[in-house]
Amino acid sequence: MDRMPRWADLILVPLISILLAGLISGVVILAIGENPLRALGIMVSGAVGSTYAWGYTLYYATNFIFTGLAVAVAMHARLFNIGAEGQATWGGLGIALVALYLPWPHWTLAMLGSAVAAALFGAAWAAIPALLQARRGSHIVITTIMFNFIAAALLNWLLVGPLKPAGTMETATAPFPPATHIPSFRDMFSFGETILFRSTPANIAFFVAVAACVAVWWLIWRTRLGYEIRAFGHSEGAARYAGIDATRIIMVTMLISGGLAGLMAVNNTLGYSERLILNAVEGAGFIGIAVALMGRAHPFGVFLASILFGILYQGGGELQFALGIPREMILVIQALVILFTGALDNMVRMPVEMIFAERRRARAPIAAPGPARSSPGHMTPPSDPGKPAE
Amino acid sequence: MPDPVPAIELRGISKAFGPVQANKDISLRVMPGTIHGIIGENGAGKSTLMSILYGFYRADRGEILINGRPTAIPDSQAAIRAGIGMVFQHFKLVENFTVLENVILGVEDGPLLRPSLAKARAELKALAEEYELEVDPDAIIEDIGVGLQQRVEILKALYRKADILILDEPTGVLTPAEADHLFRILRNLQAQGKTIILITHKLREIMEITDRVSVMRRGEMVAHFRTAETSPPELAEAMVGRKVLLEVDKTPARPGAPVLEVENLRVVDAKGVERLRGISFRLHAGEILGIAGVAGNGQSELLEVLGGTMKATGSVRLKGQALDISGNALGRARRDSGIAHVPEDRQTRGLILDFAAWENVALGYHHRPAYGSGTRLDLAAMQADARDKMQRFDVRPPDPFLAAKSFSGGNQQKIVVAREIESAPDLLLIGQPTRGVDIGAIEFIHKQIVSLRDRGCAILLVSVELDEILSLSDRIAVMFDGRIMGEREAARTDARELGLLMAGVADTAAGRAA
Repeated sequence: MDRMPRWADLILVPLISILLAGLISGVVILAIGENPLRALGIMVSGAVGSTYAWGYTLYYATNFIFTGLAVAVAMHARLFNIGAEGQATWGGLGIALVALYLPWPHWTLAMLGSAVAAALFGAAWAAIPALLQARRGSHIVITTIMFNFIAAALLNWLLVGPLKPAGTMETATAPFPPATHIPSFRDMFSFGETILFRSTPANIAFFVAVAACVAVWWLIWRTRLGYEIRAFGHSEGAARYAGIDATRIIMVTMLISGGLAGLMAVNNTLGYSERLILNAVEGAGFIGIAVALMGRAHPFGVFLASILFGILYQGGGELQFALGIPREMILVIQALVILFTGALDNMVRMPVEMIFAERRRARAPIAAPGPARSSPGHMTPPSDPGKPAE
Repeated sequence: MPDPVPAIELRGISKAFGPVQANKDISLRVMPGTIHGIIGENGAGKSTLMSILYGFYRADRGEILINGRPTAIPDSQAAIRAGIGMVFQHFKLVENFTVLENVILGVEDGPLLRPSLAKARAELKALAEEYELEVDPDAIIEDIGVGLQQRVEILKALYRKADILILDEPTGVLTPAEADHLFRILRNLQAQGKTIILITHKLREIMEITDRVSVMRRGEMVAHFRTAETSPPELAEAMVGRKVLLEVDKTPARPGAPVLEVENLRVVDAKGVERLRGISFRLHAGEILGIAGVAGNGQSELLEVLGGTMKATGSVRLKGQALDISGNALGRARRDSGIAHVPEDRQTRGLILDFAAWENVALGYHHRPAYGSGTRLDLAAMQADARDKMQRFDVRPPDPFLAAKSFSGGNQQKIVVAREIESAPDLLLIGQPTRGVDIGAIEFIHKQIVSLRDRGCAILLVSVELDEILSLSDRIAVMFDGRIMGEREAARTDARELGLLMAGVADTAAGRAA
């Protein structure tokens, strides 16, 4: 049943959630003796107030878009991929290998080759949990999260051992050769004397992320495979009846999901650090979960949510820098946003739905009985003791 | 003589869900100690009305009088206090609890379970004796049949001291014998002074057991009758708003070449129980073979195996070609070989409820060139195709963009039937074609099945509704405990003979039990 217009579902509800999170964050900041309004000002100007700020915000957002898409694609098949962190780690490994050991004539080819390697490595890391789920029924939430630890440990070993250049003490690979350096925003958007995005990490990978959003949208809503993924996600029984092979869908979906997570390394490893460092993913895999939830698993929603989390990340960093608010407090603010937009979504959604239902009733007191149009962002109804239509 | 005070009186109840007026100015008087039927098509508003009476929904307008006193029923606790008990169509039982635990759920006395359980055990025994409601109090719900589960629901209501019992489509899941038993229980309850409201869309049940009947149509209460003074055609007309054909109009079959040959089909389920124990039969073009039987005797497994979603051993030949029955992901192969399948459960199998109608019309056929080229889906083509099929199969409303869950049961089924019949199959598997479907749609679906047969399609019909089997089939096979107990020409058998076979009484006459 149609409960509210689409704009309310996609924009209004998240907005109210963010406001609530902001309000409570304000109280928290007040409690540690700072002025919340001033903090807000610093956060906003630090995140979106200059090209320097945007250069960081969009860099973080790019990471979140990739991991958010990864989680979102899996969600359409009702698979909860918590392993984007590990898959992105492996993506970085793939890039390090091809960037260091293959001769690249030009950055375009290097980027293409690196992207393929990153996607393949990420997909490979997702393939094992996927296979375990499809064949053995091992729960993918458990296996993917454990694979995060394995990936981290593996990277650790590689960076203190085989991949560490001789004679350094740093846990990182050697810098990638200059031919593999892809353009940063500064290279792309500075003209003559005007230098924009000075010393910021944002790079061309942002546009790869935007393209990935479009590609995922196309995959999910315009292809037979997307149709099968959604069918499987909504009803395994109906999918099986329709001749959709569960094993194939689980495998393919998780390979795509892992590939997307792996692609994140184009941004952080190839585009920014230009070598593989320890803990390169920095929790973006987990932020991806929040981003996908908040974006209702829709690529456009993921894009918007990623920008928001980019702002929070960058603005939070500035806050720490300017006010000396401890890092943990920034995490609290981010956690509040995740809590309100993800976990407590229904707390806001249901009253809003009610308001819209009341308003519609007031407008159209008696209409011909007939089923209502369903909202595209389907929510399971809270429980329907007496379904009117059955 | 003035009437006694009604046990329940509803005055001007209205309820809207958004733009949908589910109940419009409903008034109803239910006399104490009577069995009162409420009949109407799916979506007529029966369930909504009962949900209001049980406190799940609040009416927008109108009042409820219990035993003459205006009573507010804001929640189900209030309904229980007012003496109303409800037996839902979909049982609300905790599957892995015992009968006793389910009965006391929510009405435990105090924090310790033991005394409540002991008290409930004694009371249950008394209730069982009084009303012929025997159930083993220590049985686990998931281990007992649906007939017994329903008894537990009734016991739950009685244990909560219900004087007014509402049953929502109680026979939907029952065998004829179980339904008869239920009716005996209801008569016992009536004899003890309980008031019973029976919601159904089955005219036969109304005629058999009720004292009075009220008819709902499109959210309104359109007629009240004394059951003794009305007839099924009159009720059907009141329900649908036009004259309806209750009998299936069909000519004798002209069977052609064999289409489906099944030999010694066996299925063992995950628990190691043999579900099919050597099924063999033949089905010809232009013929409807009805599989009768009490639910759970292997009919579902037979459909699943033929539909490609369950593994089996034995041999199945379609038009002389052997079919692969060794896997459970063969749905697409089946469709491509000319088998269409209307599954028994449209809500979990036949449809994806959250998908729009146009997406559902392609379900299972989405790989075909008609719906796109290469990996791409042609949305416009899918939508046009859905619009066309929905119009020809009279799906209401004919809007391909509505989610499947927004359609009534009958219209959902029409979507599935349209999709499968329009694939022009050689063999149609059809399970419970009219379960939860209203009379108007039943008539339509039956006509479509017969016309498909007349075009030369072989049809395997599985239904637990004996009336449906008898009126649609050309030949009837009865299944019991994974075997075919016997086969009959539909014209030369009757419900009594089939009933015996369904109960597992061996087929001595034909001696064909495999």
